[in-house]
Amino acid sequence: MNRTRYNAYRQIKEVVFRNSMLFLTLISLLFAVIIGISLYYKSVPILDQQSMWTLLSGESWKPLKGEFGFFPFIMGTLWVTGIAIIISLPLCLLSAIYLSEYAHPYIKKIVYPMIDVLAGIPPVVYGVWGILVVVPFISTSIAPHFVEFSTGYSVLAGGIVLAIMIIPLMISVFIEMFDALPSGLREASLSLGATNWQTIKKVVLRKSFPGLAAAVVLAISRAFGETIAVLMVCGNVAEVPKSAFDPAYPLPALIANNYGEMMSIPMYDSALMLSALLLFVIILAFNAISRLVLIRIEKNFAL
Amino acid sequence: MKHFRVKKLEEKIFKGLMMAATLVIVVSLFMIIVAIVKRGLPAMSWDMVSKIPGGGFYIGKEGGLLNAIIGSLYIVIGSITLGLAFSLPIVLYINLYLPEKSKLAQFTRLSFDVLFGIPSIVYGAFGFTLMVYLGLRSSLLAGILTVTMLIIPILIRSIDEVMRRVPKEMKDAALSLGATRSEIIKVILRQVAPGIVTAILLSVGRGIGDAASVLFTAGYTDSIPTSLGQPVATLPLATFFQLSSPIAEVQERAYAAALILTGIVLILSITARYYSRKFSKNKI
Amino acid sequence: MIQNLLRVEKFFDSPIEQFQVKKEPWNLVDIDQIFKTHKPHISVRNLNVFLSKNHILKDVSLDIPDKAITCIIGPSGCGKTTLLKTFNRLLQNSIDVKIEGDVLVDGENIHGKDVEVENIRKKMGLLSQRPCPLPMSIFDNVAYGPRIHGIRRKKTLKIMVEKYLVEAGLWEEVKDRLKSPASSLSIGQQQRLCLARGLAVKPEIILGDEATSALDPISSKKIEELFVKLKHQYSIVLVTHTLRQAKRIADYVVFMYLGEVIEAGPASEIFSNPKEKLTREYLEGYFS
Repeated sequence: MNRTRYNAYRQIKEVVFRNSMLFLTLISLLFAVIIGISLYYKSVPILDQQSMWTLLSGESWKPLKGEFGFFPFIMGTLWVTGIAIIISLPLCLLSAIYLSEYAHPYIKKIVYPMIDVLAGIPPVVYGVWGILVVVPFISTSIAPHFVEFSTGYSVLAGGIVLAIMIIPLMISVFIEMFDALPSGLREASLSLGATNWQTIKKVVLRKSFPGLAAAVVLAISRAFGETIAVLMVCGNVAEVPKSAFDPAYPLPALIANNYGEMMSIPMYDSALMLSALLLFVIILAFNAISRLVLIRIEKNFAL
Repeated sequence: MKHFRVKKLEEKIFKGLMMAATLVIVVSLFMIIVAIVKRGLPAMSWDMVSKIPGGGFYIGKEGGLLNAIIGSLYIVIGSITLGLAFSLPIVLYINLYLPEKSKLAQFTRLSFDVLFGIPSIVYGAFGFTLMVYLGLRSSLLAGILTVTMLIIPILIRSIDEVMRRVPKEMKDAALSLGATRSEIIKVILRQVAPGIVTAILLSVGRGIGDAASVLFTAGYTDSIPTSLGQPVATLPLATFFQLSSPIAEVQERAYAAALILTGIVLILSITARYYSRKFSKNKI
Repeated sequence: MIQNLLRVEKFFDSPIEQFQVKKEPWNLVDIDQIFKTHKPHISVRNLNVFLSKNHILKDVSLDIPDKAITCIIGPSGCGKTTLLKTFNRLLQNSIDVKIEGDVLVDGENIHGKDVEVENIRKKMGLLSQRPCPLPMSIFDNVAYGPRIHGIRRKKTLKIMVEKYLVEAGLWEEVKDRLKSPASSLSIGQQQRLCLARGLAVKPEIILGDEATSALDPISSKKIEELFVKLKHQYSIVLVTHTLRQAKRIADYVVFMYLGEVIEAGPASEIFSNPKEKLTREYLEGYFS
């Protein structure tokens, strides 16, 4: 009697647990949708007034006059991200190959924690480092060779700081890709008398190419959204940069810098929310694509 | 044979380049830490960590950063608690209740992988719209909610990673003793406890260091908040704001704040490593 | 015949002393029988292998005859595959390996100082358990080895690819789609492709690591027939799980157990009249 009641209680508890967990999981899946909808809802006013195209291609940013041209910011973001990828991609690729194919376990034991630490350093600290080291270095040592004058607060500074920031992400996905390759593949090439390097060049890199590409896309989207560190070193001038030594004003920095005034100028908040929406959609798409690629690779390799 | 020597030479050159690249990465980490310590240490004092800003703090008079330190702790503690309350059930559900190759589980994992990539500024902007919608002003509560959104993907991904590694036999063994699924949760949780600790430390690191999400939502204040409705200062914002001051003494304090922040994050990541001892993909 | 004798003599010049020191009875059998007509191609002397402190191979000494099929049999985990991988020094690729003792190929120590590991590997084609096509077309798979070793001319490559695909019995099936990716082949075809790829670097030895265990019976039979056909040109060493396969094709059999060579000898001897109790028990199926 008591036993049956106890069992019934257990069953009810089980059902309650199961369903509330399911509910929570389903809700969580809607989360991205909710973010998207609410940002869109907030940016409707400005989209009603001006077409998406005029907004994206407009070069003039004068909120007081109601001119909201996003072009300089988009270009700023692209410049900074481009430089960051150009710097970090070769570094990460070479280093990841070294760590996964050549390095002695001792070296891995030392370097892996360091990469973890690098990943954990807060953006604002990267920003401080940028101001203390990178900006003066550019202004005094690099820029004079190329342009007459640069404060150092520039696309290049943003690119360098961002490059260091995305290294941990990129390198860890790279290493994961290399480690996931079936070892038979390397052995097949080596047993034909290929050197290690030939095997890497012709087999390892080729086979892991989709994964490497996905990792780069992940890194690009990380760089797109990085805010504070870039904001601190980029100079924030709303003009399309013409060289690596010009200041830039990336989209996230625009949002972060103007949250204070945005409620007091008409359409300003709507414009800023639109840029948040843009970032959200682009990064969501980039991330989804590269994650799908990575998942498919994981499945293919898991023999 | 000549062909062979060329190949060997090529390999040697590239190996050299690879080592150089690795060295560059390691050195840049040291450069960052050295730069922060070198500028931050002279500005550090007992006052910095034990006093809140006094009158005239922002023109270089006395006071400390206690408001930001406590504020950051409040936000992190609040959001970790809230984050765990959301993420543990989700992870348990997809690992325990759903079959191994369930589409729902895979989709959930994918969606949190994707959410993990969403930049904090977007969460900040979303938190802000939510705040406006709910009629809140920038406050501790709004800050906690936003940081919670930011860290839930981290918590879920890294707890999921360890929970997936729990051997299926273990669940089966417990189930075959007649336990219901909700009853074996305790067993599983004990098994993955170190993983959960790692996940928490990681998210603390992320939550405490992020500026863009609290910029919109938590506000800034010189005092220590006494209720959820009050604004709150945070370490990253303390660094950010004071660095933009033209006064040298105030800038020094920014370096001190950066040093405190770096110290906290370093300790966290070393402890996390101690618990997980593994180069894990979901950390980054 | 004379040539063969000369070769045997030449071989006996150097490592013969070690050879005679051995006291195991099977060694005498070897000298009497198979090694009269087939010189030892690979000689292993007192080989010890440790994988992160586990003693995987314990004092292994044996000879692999030239131009014959040698089957290494034994229960799983007895170190067969490890032994195979020491032959072409693939083992050193994994971490935490310690190798002691000598492996001589044509009388040359493969762990010697100025030995190019690539040359050692080139001498031995490896056929792994699962076919491992490289991520490129069928043609490029076969041409991979020759290209690595410096052959660039299109015409030469074409001739080589055809020759080795024919040799591996795959030519008729793939000649119209050489440009399609190797992964589009069936698993049995992939294995034959891997064989062709291995042959294309002109090895002297073919190593097979349970090369047929992942295949269907028909493909498996095809590969076996190929081995029998190829043994007149190559020394073939096969690690195998299936005793029946060993009985069908082996000329020489090595039985290993827990990292030791228990018995080795001509197939007929081992299968009909094993000297060791363990071998007999294994052959009779007491354990596997």
